[in-house]
Amino acid sequence: MNRRDFLTKGAAAAAGLSALAAAMSPLRHLNPDDLPSAEEFLQKHYKEMTPADKERVLARITAEVKQRFGVAAKVADPAPMDGVEFVYGLNISRCIGCRKCVHACVAENNQSRSPEIQYIRVLEMQKGSIDVETANHHYNPEEVPRPDKWYMPVQCHQCAKPPCVKVCPVEATWQEPDGITVIDYDWCIGCRYCEAACPYWARRFNFTEPGLPADEVNPNMSYLSNRPRPKGVMEKCTFCLHRTREGRLPACLEVCPTGSRKFGNVLDPESDVHYILKHKRVYVLKEDVGTLPRFFYYFDERGSRYHEGVEPGPADPKEAA
Amino acid sequence: MKRYLTFLWDCFRLSFTGDWRYHLWMTVLTLISLGGVYAYSQQLVNGLITTGMTDQVSWGLYIANFTYLVGLAAAAAMLVIPVYVYRNLHLHDVVIFGELLAVSVILMCLLFVTVDLGRPDRFLHLLLRFNFPMSMLTWDVIALNGYLLLNLHICGYLIYCAYCGRKPSKAFYIPFVFVAIAWAISIHTVTAFLYVGLGGRPFWNSAIIAPRFLASAFAAGPAFIILTLQIVRRFTRHQVSDEALFTLRRIVQVAMIINLFLLVCELFTEFYADTAHGASAHYLFLGLHGHNALVPWIWTAIVLNLLATALFMLPASRALPTLNAACVMAIIGIWIEKGMGLIVPAFVPTPLGEMVEYLPTLHETMVCLGIWAFGLLVYTILVRVSVPVLAGEITFARRWGRPAPGAPDSHSSDALKTT
Repeated sequence: MNRRDFLTKGAAAAAGLSALAAAMSPLRHLNPDDLPSAEEFLQKHYKEMTPADKERVLARITAEVKQRFGVAAKVADPAPMDGVEFVYGLNISRCIGCRKCVHACVAENNQSRSPEIQYIRVLEMQKGSIDVETANHHYNPEEVPRPDKWYMPVQCHQCAKPPCVKVCPVEATWQEPDGITVIDYDWCIGCRYCEAACPYWARRFNFTEPGLPADEVNPNMSYLSNRPRPKGVMEKCTFCLHRTREGRLPACLEVCPTGSRKFGNVLDPESDVHYILKHKRVYVLKEDVGTLPRFFYYFDERGSRYHEGVEPGPADPKEAA
Repeated sequence: MKRYLTFLWDCFRLSFTGDWRYHLWMTVLTLISLGGVYAYSQQLVNGLITTGMTDQVSWGLYIANFTYLVGLAAAAAMLVIPVYVYRNLHLHDVVIFGELLAVSVILMCLLFVTVDLGRPDRFLHLLLRFNFPMSMLTWDVIALNGYLLLNLHICGYLIYCAYCGRKPSKAFYIPFVFVAIAWAISIHTVTAFLYVGLGGRPFWNSAIIAPRFLASAFAAGPAFIILTLQIVRRFTRHQVSDEALFTLRRIVQVAMIINLFLLVCELFTEFYADTAHGASAHYLFLGLHGHNALVPWIWTAIVLNLLATALFMLPASRALPTLNAACVMAIIGIWIEKGMGLIVPAFVPTPLGEMVEYLPTLHETMVCLGIWAFGLLVYTILVRVSVPVLAGEITFARRWGRPAPGAPDSHSSDALKTT
């Protein structure tokens, strides 16, 4: 190679490399906190962790929450209870579509406020139809309920045959023994196949770094439910397992002003859900997709808002009949 | 071993050598690829919010291009089957270009899947907990990477044998050729099953998706090859007979007709019964509740496909300009139909009946263009290297750039014509 050749080739190589460097320059804005630490990178799948591993991971997450939000969080990992299978019932005769459940859920589960991520979607339905395509997702009247509508909140149905679990290529999501489908946020690769598979549109993706104000962080956290999520992973409703596995009720149920929401252990014959399933008129949304949901809707014979007359009319059901 | 390294080194040097048109072409492709790298770097920093995707339409242009390109990779099989199964020797000399195309196209497929991931840094999790055989995505990982390896082996072996100046031993590649044929069918079937397997999406949950996928792939792939071969014979010394092109034309003819027939079957099922499950098809072809972003696209695709089929059937397409026009129409028509037309409508309306439309952003488009440019760059290099080596102009005995017996200077072995 002669001198001239060397200079030309060297210049070409230098130009190519600097063009590549320029093209990759946006990477300098990468937040160092975003990059996985060596510890996080080598972390095992949740199901392969020993108790000691788990302890280390929970300590790491606690430290990260402290660093990012300045909040001393309690990050736990409650185990499913023996002989418990959680089931959720929603009374559509009572629901007034106030969306208090939606916001209680966001506050409880540390969802991103900006962009907004919500696990519960309340559909305002036309009377006389159960076709979701006629529903209004973005209703915003002065006052709910509107007399000619009924309301159907939809959230994760915790299916017994979950298509989302089946399709995940890396087993980052699975069904727990108490029937709750969970996600290991540290294992998810963000392919969104589960989001495409879900017939109830119950899964959400973190398209960017979740915007969670420090003063709104709920410090009562658990690994599989409401700890802060990173960008680029899926999340979903977990029946508030950090509460329900400790004998408390889900946040959406606690806040409901109409008592439309019932939750409990279906294997316990004394539970509300057991009673409702046995005695009330119950239906399952999209039963035809065959995923066997643990979330159902039911009707009241008496005490329904439709019989109490939300608009001028006969208040007594007998009169109406 | 030393010989193999010399081979790689010669290939590397060859890929930087050519006339000014070659350099211009490669520079343009490099610049577009770098534009893609730039846009992807921004996506890495900010997340997939830089794309037009939402929780409602959670797959977009990336997966659409991926789907189309899996189809294009079939081109190789459509060249191999006539040669090795039916002993049609017109195509014998061009089979390798189909296989090289498969290699570059599968690389593009893998890139499109990678840029769609929210956490590409966790790529290794695939190896650590591989949800096989439950997840169809794991099947696709095996199918695509297997197909890549098979084609790399077949092409690499044939080219390296030519470089060493020895006759390829049949035992080392013929079995792989036959495996690759079955494998080509399987990459389509598996990719189609990726969508077909989702019971919550009636638009995909239909048995016709996989057969239609194959039919359109076997049209778009060979159509692409018809154009490529003409470029190869225009710019290199490699001889490609018109008979080879017309054999491919016959394949495209049949595939286009089957594709149209299956389209009619699909339209009939969706629109005659007119059930609620036809909502996505309604959205795609007619618009739904005042939303109709995809309507002009799909009708453009249908018109292009009809025109292309008509041209392929007419004797007029025995003239190359007409044939080329028909190929371009078929490629674009199928790109729209198998890309955006297959992926996006399945998400509109959402399973809860919400209508949210999808519009790709500039970022997303730049990443897509970057991957296409990179794929073309790889393909150009592969063709650039393989033509002189296969022609026996560059071998280990007569290395490129070295004075060799009978060659007055190094430039005579440059396979590019200088006009």
